[in-house]
Amino acid sequence: MPLAASSFERPDPPRLTPLGLDGMLVTFGDAMDDAANRAALAFRAAIDAENWQGVTETASSLCSAFVSFEPGQLSPSDLQARLREILADRDWLAEDLPANRTLWTIPASFEGDHAPQLADAAELAGVSVEQAVKQICAEPLRAYALGYAPGQAYLGALPEHWDLARQKDLTPTVKEGAVVTAVRQVIVFATSGPTGWRQIGMSRFKAFRPDDPDRPIALAPGDEVQLRPVSRDELDRLAAEPLAGATAEDIR
Amino acid sequence: MTTLTIKKIGPGASIQDLGRRGLLAQGLSRGGAADRLALLEGAALLDQSPDCAALEMTAMGGTFNVDAPSRIALTGAPLRAQIDGESVTWHASHRLKPGQTLTLGPGKGGVWSYLHLGGGIQTDPIMGSRATHLSLKLGLIPETGTELPLKDDQSGPVERVVDVADRFKGGQVRVLASTHTALFSQDDIDRFETTTFTRDQRGNRQGVRLNHDGAPFAIADQLGIVSEVIVPGDIQMTGEGTPYILLPECQTTGGYPRIGSVLPDDLPKAAQAAAGAELTFRFIDRDQATDLHKSEDDLLKALKKSVRPLVRDPREMRDLGSYQLISGVTAGTNEKGELA
Repeated sequence: MPLAASSFERPDPPRLTPLGLDGMLVTFGDAMDDAANRAALAFRAAIDAENWQGVTETASSLCSAFVSFEPGQLSPSDLQARLREILADRDWLAEDLPANRTLWTIPASFEGDHAPQLADAAELAGVSVEQAVKQICAEPLRAYALGYAPGQAYLGALPEHWDLARQKDLTPTVKEGAVVTAVRQVIVFATSGPTGWRQIGMSRFKAFRPDDPDRPIALAPGDEVQLRPVSRDELDRLAAEPLAGATAEDIR
Repeated sequence: MTTLTIKKIGPGASIQDLGRRGLLAQGLSRGGAADRLALLEGAALLDQSPDCAALEMTAMGGTFNVDAPSRIALTGAPLRAQIDGESVTWHASHRLKPGQTLTLGPGKGGVWSYLHLGGGIQTDPIMGSRATHLSLKLGLIPETGTELPLKDDQSGPVERVVDVADRFKGGQVRVLASTHTALFSQDDIDRFETTTFTRDQRGNRQGVRLNHDGAPFAIADQLGIVSEVIVPGDIQMTGEGTPYILLPECQTTGGYPRIGSVLPDDLPKAAQAAAGAELTFRFIDRDQATDLHKSEDDLLKALKKSVRPLVRDPREMRDLGSYQLISGVTAGTNEKGELA
């Protein structure tokens, strides 16, 4: 077994682990946690600011940052040493969110067949339908991470009583733009597809628009999304407008 | 502008280049050729950039015409290849003239085959690449009747052959310990190294499923992993403990445990293992792997050095009599035109 003993170690976060030959993962939490997400976003922004020769790409997911590199230009041991130095530089879990983020306001309808499971979800959360819509649209939600489809954001966090389990049976398909919820999070579907989350609303937002040369993928990790409740008719009217009525503004 | 007309093509074909980088954080996997080495081999044969887009095909191959003299190269999983019924060499470059028909297929082992064109396929790039992302339906999906724009390309080397690593029948693949390796028991890691896996029928550009005899490969808390970045080559265990090798169109993040990651240098071999081919895995020390690793730039340089003129094999010539074997003398044929 020519495997180094260290390969089997999995210390508590924060921890550095290689991912493939040319990737390094910096993990801040082993369970979804707001502080670990902030740390991952801030750490990635700090790595980007270093602009190291040999780093080919960075990313962040729920609780970890990822650095891809060219081993011929930047040795794995050198990269590890530099990452450890930055890790030790401050308490990343106490770090503020990075700058250069965008607040998106996205109109959504919570009426009729746009919201087939809103009543179920509200009941599970222990609130009325009216309160449910108000709470979901009350605050900007942060894009913890993007995945499943390009531009599809996992948004959170809703208040604790929205910690709803996923459905046992998948909904066979929801449409692009569908607003779904589970585990204190909201997703605006970037594609159509199956989901175990409950559909509580509908938007016309296109998160993935490959033909747009300027911003083919609207959201980035760390961006914030505030849903704005509109009527069914208003949603249909907004569909003809640029960004289907969504607006974007820089945060700070 | 020259046009390549697809007279016929099998399912699963796509346009491929090196893919799209920099969008992992936004949920878009890099994509690009399933066998990146084959893309480099084509670039070496035609002496062009590895960014040039090629046609990726499955074992069914296809039939093609051009409307202006063109250079082509054939790489990846070998297919039966003919120009106007005459066999042509795989892992080599050839001329294709207007009026001639290039017929590729069926395959002789392996999964992904490539038809490269001098100057590359000129479809409109989307987000910096011409690569078709089949699962997202991004980019052009070639079908029977599709006309592909090409550069007018008559100069440049042709009738060359390149030495390639035999990677089309499975075998041993080297893997690196990865982010979840430590979550598997030592017994399961040992068993993973001693098990012979068979590539399942189920597989596509997102990943391929492997079958094995014996217990599933699972960890204690199979559902307790927070979703993290995935890279192509990662070997992911599904909920039922069945391994999948993830390929260029894999999801960008996931929470299934990954026992290891195929060394990029061995990923072409893993991707080219056809249904029924056997694969075994051996963990390799990271420092050793880094020392052995060749970047794509280095691979391309080495391939360009190994390119040499194609010497026609007389056994593959259908009508030997039409070739001047010795200056001024034509091979002896009998009155029926058959080789004496």
